[in-house]
Parts: sequence; C-alpha cells; structure tokens
Amino acid sequence: MAIDFILNGKPQSVDAGPDMPLLWVLRDTLNLTGTKFGCGMALCGACTVHINGVASRSCVTPVSSVAGKKITTIEGLSVDGNHPVQQAWIAEDVPQCGYCQSGQIMSAVALLAKTSNPTDADIDAAMSGNICRCGTYQRIRKAIHRAAATHATKSKSSA
Amino acid sequence: MTTAPVLNRRDFLKTSAAGGAVLLVGFYLPTGAMAASAQSQEKKTPNPFNAWVRITPDNKVTLVLGKSEMGQGVMTALPMILAEELCLDWKQVTIEQAPTNPNIYDHGTGGSGSIAGSWLPLRQAGAAAREMLITAAAKKWEVETNTCKAKNGAVVHGHPQRFFSYGELVQDASALPVPDFSVVPLKNPAEFSIVGHDTNRTEARLKSTGTAKFGIDSRPDGLLYAVVARCPVFGGKVATFDATKAKSVPGVRDVVQFEISGRGASTTGGVAVLADNSWAAMQGRKALEIKFDDGPHATESSESLQKQFVDNASKPGTVVRNEGDANAALASASKKIDAVYELPFAAHVCMEPMNCTVHVKPDGAEAWVPTQAPQWAQSVIAETAKLPPASVVVHTTLMGGGFGRRYQADFVMEAAQIAKAAAGKPIMLLWTREDDMQHDFYRPASYHRMSGAVDAHGNLTAWKHFQSSTSIAAMWRPDGAAKPEQSEFGTGATIPYGTPNLRIEYALAQSGAPRAWWRSVEHSSSGFVVESFVDELANAAGVDPLAYRLRLIGEDRKIPQFQGEPDSPPLNTARLKGVLELAAAKSAWGTAQPAGHGRGIACFFSFDSYLAAVAEVSVKNGHAKVNRVVCAVDCGRAINPAGVRAQVESAVIYALTATVKDAITIEGGRVKQSNFNDYQMLRMPETPLIEVHVVASKEDPTGIGEPTVPVVAPAVCNAIFAATRKRVRRLPIRSGDLV
Repeated sequence: MAIDFILNGKPQSVDAGPDMPLLWVLRDTLNLTGTKFGCGMALCGACTVHINGVASRSCVTPVSSVAGKKITTIEGLSVDGNHPVQQAWIAEDVPQCGYCQSGQIMSAVALLAKTSNPTDADIDAAMSGNICRCGTYQRIRKAIHRAAATHATKSKSSA
Repeated sequence: MTTAPVLNRRDFLKTSAAGGAVLLVGFYLPTGAMAASAQSQEKKTPNPFNAWVRITPDNKVTLVLGKSEMGQGVMTALPMILAEELCLDWKQVTIEQAPTNPNIYDHGTGGSGSIAGSWLPLRQAGAAAREMLITAAAKKWEVETNTCKAKNGAVVHGHPQRFFSYGELVQDASALPVPDFSVVPLKNPAEFSIVGHDTNRTEARLKSTGTAKFGIDSRPDGLLYAVVARCPVFGGKVATFDATKAKSVPGVRDVVQFEISGRGASTTGGVAVLADNSWAAMQGRKALEIKFDDGPHATESSESLQKQFVDNASKPGTVVRNEGDANAALASASKKIDAVYELPFAAHVCMEPMNCTVHVKPDGAEAWVPTQAPQWAQSVIAETAKLPPASVVVHTTLMGGGFGRRYQADFVMEAAQIAKAAAGKPIMLLWTREDDMQHDFYRPASYHRMSGAVDAHGNLTAWKHFQSSTSIAAMWRPDGAAKPEQSEFGTGATIPYGTPNLRIEYALAQSGAPRAWWRSVEHSSSGFVVESFVDELANAAGVDPLAYRLRLIGEDRKIPQFQGEPDSPPLNTARLKGVLELAAAKSAWGTAQPAGHGRGIACFFSFDSYLAAVAEVSVKNGHAKVNRVVCAVDCGRAINPAGVRAQVESAVIYALTATVKDAITIEGGRVKQSNFNDYQMLRMPETPLIEVHVVASKEDPTGIGEPTVPVVAPAVCNAIFAATRKRVRRLPIRSGDLV
C-alpha cells in the first residue's frame, strides 16, 4: 500500500506493507543508510530518527503509523553536515567505530530542542536508550554540553 | 564446503606464488616478527608510489591504509606515520582503503599489533618516497640532493628559497630507483610535527553525518537480502524444512539450503531466505517450517560446565610452569590464602551485526566485507565460488566494531555459499542481533584455583595458579588438543611478583561453544585473577595494595615473557612500576575516602604495553557504583596520543560492561541470551569519569586497543573490597554478591 509522509522536508511516498518498520523502509527501500540497525527491539537506539520532532526508534515503528508525519533522519539534520551537534561531535572527536553515532546524534538533537542547556542528569535521562559499544559516552556528554554552549553563544549574539 | 585455513589472530595469510592458495604462517607472532613480516612484504613491492602514496600532478595526496578500521583509529594513526616521514601537510592528506592484494598489504588487523607492526615499515616507505621526491627535484635543479629539503608537501632549495610541489615531482620521482629500505634515512623524532601530536580522527565527519559506509550499507544494484535459519544448538544442523509458507511472504524471492563446515565455521550452515529487503527476509525466516537435528552438544549447560571445572580442580592439572616447590611451601606456610575465581563466556557484541555482501559472477566475484581479515575473506569466497583469489575483489568496509569478532570468516563462508546459490545476483547476508549474540566465538569460560603463601615478613613464599577453561587453542591450533593451555594464561603466567616457588597448572574443559579472540583474549581473565589475588595477598600481609605490589615487583629488571616468542620483549619492571605510581599519584591514592567508598588498584602487562588503573567505587544497599577510573598507560611512543586516550576510555567501558553486566550462559547446548534485554551493555548513566595519563616515551610503540581491558575488573573489585571488605571472585558481579 502507498504511504505518504514528509521525509527530511520533502514529500515521500512509499509502497510497503503496513507492518514494515520505518527503519527498513529508510534503509532498504529508500537507500538512506545513515540510520542503523542494532537490535530490532528498541533496545539500543542505533535506529533513532525524529517523528514530528520526537526521537523515536524506527526499528519498531510500523511505516503505516508515520503516514502524514514529518520524519527527519541523520541525512536531513543539516544541509552540509554542519548542525551544531554534528560540529560538536567532530570537535570532541566522539566517534570510534561510529556505527551508533547517527542514533546518538538524533537523540542529542531532540534533547537540545527541548532542553537548551541540559544538566548531566538531563543527558543521562535522554541518552540512556542509546548504546555505544566503543564506550564514547564521556565524549558524547562533553559534545552535548559543547553544542549547548555554542547555541547559547549564538542566541546571545543574535539577541 | 569451505575449508578455512588454520588461523590464529596474529597469523598472516599469504598467497603462494604458485597458485594463490592461502597458506598460513606462524602462531602468535610477536610484534617484532610482525614488523619483520610486514617489512618483507614491503620488499615485494618496493615502490612506495604504487603501494602507499598517490600524488596527482595537481598536488592531491592520498595515503593508503593497509589495515581495517573498526573504531580503533588506524585510519588516522597509520597515515600519520607516512605523512610524518613524507613531510606532508596533514591537512592536504586524504585516506584510501587498500585493495585486497596480499602481495603488498599484510591485512590482518588484530592483536593490538597494527601500530607496532607498521611503525618501522611505514616510516621506511614514507622516507623512501620522500628521498625519491628530493632526488627528482635535485635533478631538475641540477644541484646536489643534500642541498634540498622536503617541507610541507614540497621540496625546497636555496636562498631565496625556490620549491617544487610534490605534484610537480611525482612523475619523475616514481620512476627513480627505490632506495634500500634498510638504509633509507629516517627522520629524527625530535623533528616530528605530526607523530606524537593529538590528531582528530580522519573519518569523524563521515561518522557524524551518516555518510560513513559500513558493510551493512553496501547496496550493489539488484541486491537481495538474506537472513538465515540456523540450528541454535552448537554443532546441530537442519534436519528437514518446508519453505512453502516462507515463499508466500511478500518480497521473498527464494529459499536455499547451504552447509558450511570445518575450522572457522561457527555453525553448520542453514536455510537462507532471500528477499527484496531485510524485513521481508526476516518475516520469511519466521514463516519457515524447520526441524533441527540438535547433535552431540544438546545437553551442555553452564551447570554441566561448572561441574567439569570443579571436577578438574579436584585433581592436579598439567604442569605449565614450575619453579621451586610451591606445593611444599604451601604445605608448610604459616599463612596460606586460597581462592577460586570464575569468569563466564563473553560475547563481542559489535553494534553492527555480522553481515557480508557477495556477488558471484561467472568470471569473478566482488564482495563488501566488514572484516579484520580481508585476505581470509577473499580466500573463502574464492574457494567457495571455485575462482582464483586474484579474481575476487574484496572491499574492506568500515566496521561497526570488531573486538576480534570480525577476525572470523564464518559469516563470509555463509554469504559465499548463499551468493553461489543466488544465480548471479548480489546478496547481503544479514545477521540479526539474536543471530549475532547466539552464534559468536566467545571469550572462554574459566575457573581458577589460586593458592598463595605469605611469611611473617609479608614475603610471597609461594604462588600456585590452577586453571580449567574451554581453551581457544583446543579449537584452533593443530596441536591444541595436546597443548590446550597455550592460549589460556598469556602474561598471567609471567607474573612480575617475585616468589621462589611458582607453579601453574591447567586442565581442559570440553564445550561445544565456539571460542576465540575477545578484546584482550586470555589477558581479560588472567588480569582479573592475578590482580585480584595479589590484592588478597596484600591484605593477608597487612600491607597497602600499591606498596605491596611495588615491593613484590622489587628492583628494576627485565622478566622474559613465559611462553613468549624468542623476540618477545621482556616485562620491564621499571615501566610497570612507572604506570602504577602514575595512576596512584593522579588518583590521590592513599588519601581518605568517605564511608562506603573505596579505591582499588591493578596493573598488567599485555600486548607489550603497561597499564595501571585506580578505580573509585561507592557501595550502597549492596549496589556498587563505579565513580571514577584513572588509567596510566605506557605503550611506548604514542603516535596519536588522542587516539591512545580514546582507546583506553573505550576499553574501560568494554571491560566494565563484562564486570558489572551479564554473562553468556548455556542451556540445552545453546546460548540463553539473545538481545540487549538479557545481555545488557553499560549505558551513559553508569559511565564513570575516566582519566587517561599517557607516559611520554621514546620506546617503540606497542599495543593499545586491548591492554586496558585486563586491569579494569580487578581495579573495580579491589575497590569494592576496600569499601566493603567483600571480595568479588566471580564475574560478572551479581545482585546479592555485595549484600
């Protein structure tokens, strides 16, 4: 069946079974491979995307449930890969193997959209669904603080 | 059916000149031998402009990476070595993955050996290229070469200075005779401007924008996705199956049965469902009606394994090492300490599940493989498809974790069989998380009975270590059945703690579970056992654990590695004491801690590197929280100190996960755990503050990916003891252990 949604700012129509998870529609049907498969049970966060701005696990999200909604993937986060969170990730040299980092970044962006200056406890709460087997958590925390500080500086200078 | 080569992690796969059959050379090659091997390979293709560096006339420089990047940072550190000797501007450099060409590249990536093994050969290759560029410039100017200098990607000469960019020289330079690598002048390390300086990873942007391509992201035209139903019991196989329902699942294209066998196979094969997308393939697998023959291991369980361990430990084992008379010293000791330590099977759990994409065509094959051993992958595909290896192109992709798991070729064997059956269509074999967790090659389970004697002055008068384990060597080495112990102690048999009476014994425990090289391999167990037990001895002697270690290590000396290769570097006690004292100083060892808090220390020598860690824990209501881990590392010259720190941080989390999370257990001959719900990973809220202090050293570089793992569990458990007087002797720590 045809399912329509907004993907990274553009209308998208896919022909897929209603139960097919959004993850596989993105990766296999649309070849947007930045969103990763890690567990298939919403346990690791590698597949995190934004659905109407909310960080969601695409591996357990039936594609039929996103009809008419706005989906953002890592590919749609910024035009040139220079979203403040991505810049912070690069500056803090966060990734190691890098496989989980799309999901980590999507979770972090959703956190900062809600809480512009998160505490360590806010970060723990928002990021605890994302596993990093390389153990980059300490750097992720620093990168989130850095992105928040950058945002604060920018807001100040534009005010 | 594919026969895998006999393989050990530090082996090199080489292609014979005759016909490309893959041969295997050596076991446990030490770092020096790895360097020598890599060096001999350099000589096969001596022109560095073919092998290692490409410069275009418009001055774009590409450095070639002959190792696999799995997160450990070789894609940054190895090109840094080349760039240093080539006198390049680092900003001008791009990196390219080497093709699978065993005549040039020594691809196997493991054993924490990439930097150590490549350090000299890559310096020589870079220096040779630099000298050729200088010679080319000198010829153009008609001046002596010793009046010219390489600088920032150009050769310069005279006052006022004139210069040629490398791009202007490369055509002439690459046609010159290649200097003898053994005498080519290497840069004075005092002049290094890249090596030894913190450098961000080259692929950080790709990995922060979703554009990095992992194996699982391979998308050749016409790709079919394959998911396999396998017998969950080790060694079991498919008895019968009916594919009717599976074939009626929308998107499913085909169902094929295949077998794999022999050394390197984690399963016996299975039934593959091929579909238009991964989801359809998974649904097809669910719809398969399949019956398995569980085979000979169906009754194995963690309990039956435990019984074997206990039985083995009630009898003397094979004597591995014996100095003095430990049994007599223990019998007559005024103070004797006995303790049993236990470690379970552990799974690698790469975040990117195993996968492999293969396209078999009539005249050749192409494959996209996230692998630590591309040459093994190439040989497996060639053998399966009955093609000469040279006609099999293997693209080594980025890897979502390796940790030793991707040194295996079991998933390549499966993919090659499926591709052969797929009538010319490219296929991606995709393992689900459950497949990955239940068909791993696990870190062996082990059982250690320790005995020590301390005299009235606190001297260690006897040390006895009995181990029973599910040996790796017993699975992999031709002489493994006769000598299963040779893979199980590592430097745990080279203890730095002086004693006149030392005895080490071993007994093999049988298991159907596949075992192999998990991050730091046998050192992960040895480190826990040795460094926990020495803490128990310190307590028995009534001496501070740091002071006791320093005292038993004693004077500066070099201890030959027991069971090491002839050219394995000895354990240098001065360097070991150096990291102990550094970690202690940085953690304010000895200062007061609040009630319920404790500090623990541990040190270990592995992969020729020296590690020490101090862990700070607090224990409340029987729950231990690790608050801080301070690490000191001496891995010789740190090529990229930023990368060294990242690897230590990573290994702390990896080891801490195995310390405080879950065990892999066996029931009915199969692994009980299946996903992150029952085999949990450490997460952000449990992450301690990690501090890494790297010793400035001029020694040759040694391993860094693994050697932090062995010190973490003992440092944490020693800290728990300091906080609670409760001794953890079984990993992982279970709820209830500290109540």
